[in-house]
Amino acid sequence: MTEFTTNEMMTVAAARRLKNGAVCFVGIGLPSTAANLARLTHAPDVVLIYESGPIGAKPQVLPLSIGDGDLALNADTVVATPEIFRYWLQGGRINVGFLGAAQIDRHANLNTTVIGPYDRPKTRLPGAGGAPEIAGSAGEILIILRQSKRAFVDRLDFITTVGFLDGGDARERAGLKTKGPVAVITDLGILEPDPVTRELTVTHIHRGVTREQLVAATGWPLKFADTVVETEPPTETELTALRDLNARTAAAHGQDQGSE
Amino acid sequence: MAEIVSLREAVAGLIHDGDQVAMEGFTHLIPSAAGHEVARQGRRDLTLVRMTPDLIYDQLIGIGAARKLIFSWGGNPGVGSLHRLREAVETGWPHPLEIEEHSHADLANAYVAGAANLPFAVMRGYIGSDLPKVNPLLKTITCPFTGEVLAAVPSLRPDVTVIHAQKADRRGNVLMWGIVGVQKEAALAAKRTIVTVEEIVDTLEAPPNACILPHWALSAVCVEPGGAFPSYAQGYYDRDNRFYPAWDKIARNRDTFLAWMKRHVLDTANFAEFRRVLAETAAAKEG
Repeated sequence: MTEFTTNEMMTVAAARRLKNGAVCFVGIGLPSTAANLARLTHAPDVVLIYESGPIGAKPQVLPLSIGDGDLALNADTVVATPEIFRYWLQGGRINVGFLGAAQIDRHANLNTTVIGPYDRPKTRLPGAGGAPEIAGSAGEILIILRQSKRAFVDRLDFITTVGFLDGGDARERAGLKTKGPVAVITDLGILEPDPVTRELTVTHIHRGVTREQLVAATGWPLKFADTVVETEPPTETELTALRDLNARTAAAHGQDQGSE
Repeated sequence: MAEIVSLREAVAGLIHDGDQVAMEGFTHLIPSAAGHEVARQGRRDLTLVRMTPDLIYDQLIGIGAARKLIFSWGGNPGVGSLHRLREAVETGWPHPLEIEEHSHADLANAYVAGAANLPFAVMRGYIGSDLPKVNPLLKTITCPFTGEVLAAVPSLRPDVTVIHAQKADRRGNVLMWGIVGVQKEAALAAKRTIVTVEEIVDTLEAPPNACILPHWALSAVCVEPGGAFPSYAQGYYDRDNRFYPAWDKIARNRDTFLAWMKRHVLDTANFAEFRRVLAETAAAKEG
């Protein structure tokens, strides 16, 4: 078995969640890496849509920004940004929204706006981007982010993007008809919403990670599913595809992949 | 009716202190040359509008040209924070900056409504988000046909929209391609529009459905080769990916930022001279 990093495990585990043929609205950074890994391995027919306008994007290297030229040149078509949001997202044609975030709470609500009070923030984050409407209009949502107490917090200072609000049927009561978050893939494991309470619950733990590590990296009393399984480690094929993609990207950009 | 003029004349005649200005671009075709010229001419009290404020807005905010920012995602693409924007919001330096915050879908719809001469846009959005709690302009409206409650947001009608495009013909008809973002909508929503282009050609040779802005819908067209640097102009040059992390270092500190702006932007005559000085300072750093 080849050695792998926790980041590689996270990206591979996230990529596996994307089904071949799915139409996926992709955020930049970790979601884009995972979505392209899926396209290069088990899901050659996945359709990647970026909010800047490319539909059916097939970038040869990972984009540094949401509007890289490579996204446009290798896409099935490029449309204007209003069309992306109006016809394709709001039009109900997206199966999966793939999001990252700065912070998440136990009901998978996301914060990318501020840490601290809105009017006098301790940290001003970039803001909403496309996420609030992706979370409402895409058929289901996958979330990928590294797990730590700073990111997995008991209470968000700001809900930028809706998950399950206060849990239970709060999402449906708010008027949302789509499924919402179905999995949060981290560098330690995979959390899925409990079918009733909608609280994020650990269902998979990556190889070499302990329950104690997961608990210590979470800002609320973390729950584990009755059956918790070990995530299948990355295969040679997956690792090779991911490492080749990262190497091509580093060579093309002269630096590591994008962080946002 | 578009006049083909210098960027200096266009900015001097069409952008005034206190204007609402949208310099749009979605990481492609960023109107950097125009952003610099606005800084150089010392405009003040601007309300800046952009879905994705990046380096040029960081520069204008940092030198105190902006009173207010209307936006939906403000970051250094692929790198992280815009430090001048963050400092203006977090500590009020160089002066407090009013923030009006939206989502991408909202601002895209707001430009469409502006271009369509409507007072507001309607969309399915913001459910469960705290954004309407901090932005009183984000309201709801009940559909008169189905009873569905939808988000309603005011249309955008900038005083001036500024965009960069690949080329124009000699009459000032403008052609752009690749990732075109919200530029067409932003141009048609505005009272006045300035377009900088890579080159002027005899004929655009564009297919019938190409993204063309007719000269009579624009105010000024200016030739600024390389004017989207450090972003890119598809078919002309690539994005300078090294400049974005370099900007992170420049903008992190007030004094470094102000010295950089003075040397590269405020004390240079135009974008071509900016590029020459930038090459000199880069060579000096390596040497």
